[in-house]
Parts: sequence; structure tokens; C-alpha cells
Amino acid sequence: MYSSKLRPLSLATVVVLGGAFVLAAFTAPIDSDQGFSQKIFYVHVPMAIVALGGFVFGGIEAVRYLRTRDPKHDLRSYTAIHMSVILGLGVLITGGIWARAAWGVWFEWREATLVSFLIVFLLYCTYQPLRFSIADPEKQSRYAAVFAVTAGAFVPLNFIAVRLAEPYIHPRVLNNTTGGALPVDMKIPFYLALVGMTLLFITLWKLEMTHKLARGRLRGLQRRLDLAAGDRDAAGPAPRSAAPQVVA
Amino acid sequence: MTVLAANIPDNSGYVVAAYLVFLLLLIIYLAITAYRLTGLERRIGDLTAQVDAAERSPADDGADDAATTDPSGVREHSA
Repeated sequence: MYSSKLRPLSLATVVVLGGAFVLAAFTAPIDSDQGFSQKIFYVHVPMAIVALGGFVFGGIEAVRYLRTRDPKHDLRSYTAIHMSVILGLGVLITGGIWARAAWGVWFEWREATLVSFLIVFLLYCTYQPLRFSIADPEKQSRYAAVFAVTAGAFVPLNFIAVRLAEPYIHPRVLNNTTGGALPVDMKIPFYLALVGMTLLFITLWKLEMTHKLARGRLRGLQRRLDLAAGDRDAAGPAPRSAAPQVVA
Repeated sequence: MTVLAANIPDNSGYVVAAYLVFLLLLIIYLAITAYRLTGLERRIGDLTAQVDAAERSPADDGADDAATTDPSGVREHSA
């Protein structure tokens, strides 16, 4: 049951993420280089890390689907990618706002970090249309899983390639090599925001899973009732959808 | 008021905008989820009505049999 522990998880998300943003606003010092606009990083960077982690998680679940052919792994993979695309949209918008404040432009095409994230985001934007283009549910799940594994493997490779690329102007928040290391006053709200964003992802993922499973169970019940009432058309195929067909 | 305005750091508008975007995304997502939940609730209502009708129909069958069976013995389909 994905709905179990949803309430404490939601509360923990609100407390941790809210606490992190309050600390970022009131106790974290203003960055001497970037000024006040650096505070965008407390929402932008955790969101980016969690979105990329969600894509990788979607890939791992897709591998498990291909190994077991258990539809629940396909649903998990689909939901993780769905949530990560939403977070990815947030990353691009907040990143654009920060770029405008720091560099005076909304997007810098010469910056590998930005362009690579945009490529990853656009790649995953094709996931839903790919699923929808395949009518057969079994084939849809299989092809989508192959896509999720390939794209999921691309995410860390892409990340490493960008890290190795020189020169770059995008600040490095989590390493020391370019002077981007955080002082303790900034580290605490940043890592708290990272934990909070992870909790938010897990909460929304569980909420989405609960909703999709409940809808699938309802569809199954409807079909059983229709069959019991003698309606043979009820056993026909479910309406075409990009989401995995879960029928209890 | 002037003191307050003087204390607002540069680029604060961008920071507020970034956090508002995050909040807005969250609110839109939760609103869509709430809308879909009402759909689920409606379908549960439909199913409940169907089950209620199915539970009532065996009791009605005895009374309906005479009414829905014509002299040739062919029973009419009742929805």
C-alpha cells in the first residue's frame, strides 16, 4: 500500500522543506560574489538533484520491470519519470530566473550544465508521447522500460561529462575545486532543502501511485460488475492511455 | 517604509519569483490531483449505485418475472 505513512511523510516534508527555506532566508549569509540572488540555489539545486535522481530511479525500476515483467515496476518507473519531468520544469524556470539575475540572460547556450540539463529534460519529454503512440499495453511497457533504462543511464554519464568539461561559468555548489564550496551557515539549509525536496518527491510519488492504483482497482471493479451484469462489452480493451494499465 | 525599502537587498525580486515558481508548480500539481480525486469519488459513487441496483434486482426478479415474461416464454432484457 503506497498510501501508508503518507500523512507523516507529508508533515515531515512541510516541516523540513519549510525549515530549510526559513533558514535559507534568515540565517544563511548573503554570498559575497553573487549577492542575494544566490538564495535561489536553495530551491534550484535540490530540485535539480532530486529530478535527476528521479530519472535514475525510473531507470532502475524499468530494469526491474524488464527482469520480472511485473507491471508494478512499470508503474513505479512511469510515476518517477512523470514527477521528475515536473521538477525538471521547475529547475529550468528557476535556473532561468537565477541566470537573468546573475548573468543578465535567461539562458546561456554556451554553458554545458544548462544545455545538458535541457537535453535531458527534452529527452524525457518524449517519454509520454512514446508511450501513447503504442496501443498494445504490454509492448508499451516494454518499449518505455527500454527508453527509461537508456535515458536513465545517460543521466549520470551526462553529469560526469559536464563535470569534466572546461571551461564552465555555472557555479559548482557541491565541490571545492572552483571555489564553490559552501560555508557551514549555507551548508545546513542547503542539505536540509535537499532532504526536504527528496521527501517531497517521495510524498508526491506515493500520492500519484496511490491515485493510479485506486483508479486501476476501480476500473477492475467496474469491469467485474459489468461482466456480472451480463455486459460482454466490458471485457473489451481499456481506453488508450500513456499511463500503465493497472487493473486489479 | 523608506527604511524597509532600503533593507531589501538587490535582486530580491528574482529570488521571490523563483520561490513563487516552485510554490506555483506545487499548487498546480496538487490542484490537478484534487480534481482527479473528485473524478475517482464520482466513479465510486457510480459503482456504489450499480452495486445497490444489483443487490435490489434479485429481490425484484420474482415480482418482475410475471411482468417481463411474455406468453411465448421469452424473457425481456432488463437494464
